[in-house]
Amino acid sequence: MSRRAEALLALGGIAALVFTAWAAPWLRFVLTVALAKGLAVLGILLLLRAGQVSFGHAMFLALGAYTVAFAAPAVPETLVLLPAAALLAGGAGLLIGLFVVRYRDIFFGMLNLALSMVFYSVLEKFYAVTKGTDGIRMPNLSVAGVEPGSEAQGWIMFSLALGLALLCAVGVRAYLGSPMGQALAGIKTRETRLEFLGVPARRVLLFAYVLSAMMGGIAGALIAMTSRHVTPQLAYWTSSGELIFIGILGGAGSALGPFLGAVAFELVRVYAAAAVADAWQMILGGVLLAVILFAPGGLVGILSRRRRQA
Amino acid sequence: MGEWFTENGLLLGLAALDGLAYAALVFMVAVGLNLVFGVLRIVNVAHGSLFAIGAYTAASVGLLFAAWGLPPAAGFAALLLGTALVGGVLGPVIERGVLRRVYGQEEVLQLLVTFALFMILEDVQKLVWGVQPVSQDAPMKVLGTVEVPFGDDTIPFTVYQLFVLPGVALFTLLGLAWFLRRTLTGRVIVAVTTDKEAAMAMGIDAARVTLLTFTFGAALAALGGALASPTTSLVPGIGASTIVLSFAVVATAGLGQIEGAALTSLLIGLGRSAAVYFEPELEVVVPYLIMVAVLLVRPQGLFGVVEARRV
Repeated sequence: MSRRAEALLALGGIAALVFTAWAAPWLRFVLTVALAKGLAVLGILLLLRAGQVSFGHAMFLALGAYTVAFAAPAVPETLVLLPAAALLAGGAGLLIGLFVVRYRDIFFGMLNLALSMVFYSVLEKFYAVTKGTDGIRMPNLSVAGVEPGSEAQGWIMFSLALGLALLCAVGVRAYLGSPMGQALAGIKTRETRLEFLGVPARRVLLFAYVLSAMMGGIAGALIAMTSRHVTPQLAYWTSSGELIFIGILGGAGSALGPFLGAVAFELVRVYAAAAVADAWQMILGGVLLAVILFAPGGLVGILSRRRRQA
Repeated sequence: MGEWFTENGLLLGLAALDGLAYAALVFMVAVGLNLVFGVLRIVNVAHGSLFAIGAYTAASVGLLFAAWGLPPAAGFAALLLGTALVGGVLGPVIERGVLRRVYGQEEVLQLLVTFALFMILEDVQKLVWGVQPVSQDAPMKVLGTVEVPFGDDTIPFTVYQLFVLPGVALFTLLGLAWFLRRTLTGRVIVAVTTDKEAAMAMGIDAARVTLLTFTFGAALAALGGALASPTTSLVPGIGASTIVLSFAVVATAGLGQIEGAALTSLLIGLGRSAAVYFEPELEVVVPYLIMVAVLLVRPQGLFGVVEARRV
């Protein structure tokens, strides 16, 4: 997709999102969560660039969410909690990353899965601290010292998610274009050659891993602040699968893909759950199958193909 | 230590017996997953769903038999019938209908295809069997219990869990080892696992082998589920928790290792059941801790062989 087309698509997308959130206030919540998930997926996209599938990335999302939930009673300030969640997730990403970037392919995926399941169990089983599957309810948060009403709070969270999504998308785009980002793609094609060139592949992957963990943390924090309720389910392996699903649905070729995918995913989920309460998962699975079999480039791929034909 | 042992010895014995029965079930699922990965090079996320559906089908057939007034021993026939139904129908349908279309595509797409299947099968299972627990324990009841001597005491334990589960697992292990190493079909499967292109150049019909292996793997998962069905009541979510556990086994053992998968299942089964009896909070964590610890020391898994880096 050309630069101009991407910029146009982004602008059009933002306009559509803001209009929808204004015209259908009950969808504003859905869109905020979708944007937040898109952020986490953007992180997964970085690792996909290196050909690595993290099947446990929801742990960083859950870490961000629980950071906010635990710290909120002490510091009920959005603008403090958000960076704190990002930093903590980044720190955890560095620690875990140092371990997992030594592995590739299925081992990389399974190790991430294992660690996320460990985190899930800790959240679920240590009831005294985490309230187990009941989850933790969040108090009201202030923004820059002011406590907004619930309508204003909704708009603030929506704009925060939108702003951060835009910021991160632009950042990721620049990063992938940089030598460091190019090396990431090199890991996928031929890691050995990368090493011959003197590029330390593990460090390249570690950097991307930490970035993606931070984005996961921000996503989790936003979701916690929006939904006001965190549960261990956020860290379960199916949540991680969902994030990769969104990545493929949107298309892994563009920084806009994750957000397009996340919005589509959440909308399908909401409407499918409303239409057939017991089979929404089946419908999502069907959509995923259809995308992989008939449109491997994802939504972005469909859009850019249209453009080329026209 | 001595004092601790007199206090907790019985518990330890019970944990060991439980762990053995559990390891047998884990092995059935993990070995199928391993086999399928070897030939298809796809980590089948839907493998756990086959386990779950196998369990539900076996329980339903068993309940049906009971409703017809057949003797409780017919429950065993129900287990086998459930297995054959799920493995023989779902296996080929999934491989032919879906997986075949994504061979040669990117790994993440292949993984996601099975994730999509998992999501679909999970809801199919809920639609067919509902969310209320289903239980059919006739095969376990009909065999009764034995007193297992343990020091001065005895531990009452069901015959089904003590002999049938480990027995079937052991039979599967030996049978599979014999099949893969001594029969032509088995060696063809091994050949395709090792080098698909070379095998095809020798005139092996890889498409047939793939279909056969997947069906076989699916049947093993379904058998694992069928065997598990009398020991527990079936609820939604058993597929999801089974698959992550067998992932842990496969990654810990290293890919393509049948005996390795058996030993690792034992290790993880015993570890988990020790946790259940002594530190219940750690129950779910133990298998993954074992896996992480093993991969820290041996990145290719306990029994895995280091693959040459392809330049």
